[in-house]
Amino acid sequence: MSARTHMPVGQEAAEVKGWIGAHRFLLLRRASQLFFLLLFLLGPWFGIWIVEGTLAGSRTLGVLPLTDPFILSQSLIAGHWPELTALTGGLIVLVAYALIGGRVYCSWVCPINPVTDAANWLHRRLNLPKGWQPKRGTRLWILATVLIVSGLTGVIAWEVINPITMLHRGLIFGMGFVWALIIAISVFDLIVARHGWCGHICPVGAFYGLIGAKSLLRVSAANRAACDDCMDCYAVCPENHVISPALKGKDGTTPLILSPNCTNCGRCIDVCSVDVFAFTHRFDDHVVTPSDPATAPEPRAARPI
Amino acid sequence: MPLAGTPLSPQRRRFLQDAARAAGGCVVAGTLLAYLARDARALPAEALRPPGALPEDDFLSACIRCGLCVRDCPYDTLKLAQLGADAGATGTPYFTARDVPCEMCDDIPCVAACPTGALDPALDNIDDAKMGVAVLVDQENCLNYLGLRCDVCYRVCPVIDEAITLEPSHNTRSGHHAIFAPTVHAERCTGCGMCEKSCVLPEAAIKVLPARLARGSSADHYRKGWEEKDAKGAPVVEGIIDLPDRLPGPGTDNLAAPGGYEPGYSLPGIGQ
Repeated sequence: MSARTHMPVGQEAAEVKGWIGAHRFLLLRRASQLFFLLLFLLGPWFGIWIVEGTLAGSRTLGVLPLTDPFILSQSLIAGHWPELTALTGGLIVLVAYALIGGRVYCSWVCPINPVTDAANWLHRRLNLPKGWQPKRGTRLWILATVLIVSGLTGVIAWEVINPITMLHRGLIFGMGFVWALIIAISVFDLIVARHGWCGHICPVGAFYGLIGAKSLLRVSAANRAACDDCMDCYAVCPENHVISPALKGKDGTTPLILSPNCTNCGRCIDVCSVDVFAFTHRFDDHVVTPSDPATAPEPRAARPI
Repeated sequence: MPLAGTPLSPQRRRFLQDAARAAGGCVVAGTLLAYLARDARALPAEALRPPGALPEDDFLSACIRCGLCVRDCPYDTLKLAQLGADAGATGTPYFTARDVPCEMCDDIPCVAACPTGALDPALDNIDDAKMGVAVLVDQENCLNYLGLRCDVCYRVCPVIDEAITLEPSHNTRSGHHAIFAPTVHAERCTGCGMCEKSCVLPEAAIKVLPARLARGSSADHYRKGWEEKDAKGAPVVEGIIDLPDRLPGPGTDNLAAPGGYEPGYSLPGIGQ
């Protein structure tokens, strides 16, 4: 087993499923991030106004309003009751992410995700120590702090430093000094703390995690009996504490990854050479047992080192 | 059992320590964030908010910085403040009158675009907008004050003859010309900035300033005697005798001041 864990992450999956197969969800995710960014950029770049505005608030095809519910919450606490347009937009976003998983926003839409993913890629390449790892609850404390500060100052507080909307707005309306903020976050994730920003600090992610705590779309380790302990899923998962309860659960426990911290990024599905994981819904707690003739894995000989 | 003898659970101690540490960290981070948030309230005087913008304190609790007002501005007047630029809280909309003034569209598309009401939808007549107040800041360089007839700020004003009037007075330099002083009437000025944009000088002599800088205020308890007198139709103080004013001029016993001369013109408002 130790030999396996020393293999490059994802190599085995790439050998078994092909490179595309082992990067399916990663590619889809990058495409999705690019898609949502392009939707906003088509207007200012090419004059095709499908979506106007930014991730904070937008208007699609001149009618559909969408508003960031986290910003709206801060606005409410800061003492402003928004107009119906913004409230409607916030509700639509809230319901959508409550269904598909709040942190889908983090891994499939947020423009900071490619930045921190790149920092993490380099972090792995340079084999750096994981560094400062704040407790899992830290981002919830920060979330509470942001809401309290909004109430005390009467200002939508997180927008003063929110790198997500700043980068997004920067790309659409003009960067200013946002690049300095992006470099700061990259350095933070590269040197100070592995998965530091998205995994431990960002209150936007914490907020969306809470929204999607009971979401329908879930990853399940249904085929966990086939797990050969290669540890690749733990290596690629940005929130790898969410895996164990599902993957290593005793018989009779749910194979579903139910933690609100899971971003539904699907990288665990990609890197698993024996296809332990799959997307499903939260009521599908079906576990594949080795006696199941259809999907039972063949016993595998130890691979050469 | 005496309470003092109860052994405290190590988990409880650990939990309390962790909670205290997290709370302490949050107080520090929160203080920093509050400082930044309050700092963001300082809007530079040249940066004017779009029409209908709530007062700055309320605006920062309402504006989600989405940029839809910027998108719907047909004259590209509005911009979003960029991080590090000297233009107020990052991502909030503003305009600089000397660059592109507000054209005061009748349908106020920026207000219609605002999803949150940071630009108040109650503003339905653009003439009621209060983006700032024009102030003739430099009388020494203003061409009209020098006795010339530039008049550009007056001519371009969308609320001409109400927001800006030309007030004639004697030109003491030439002795026989008039000075037509551009005079702003704040209650009608919308702060659109057309005057500042059009001022022909290299640096505008008339500028739109936020009301907090442009205006003084009258104390609540002040009463203007002449208005009170008009309202009452009689002297405000009972029994006061209004003696005739002894001024130079025909019809009085003071045709000319001792050793003086007959004035060449009559002061306005001093008739007999």
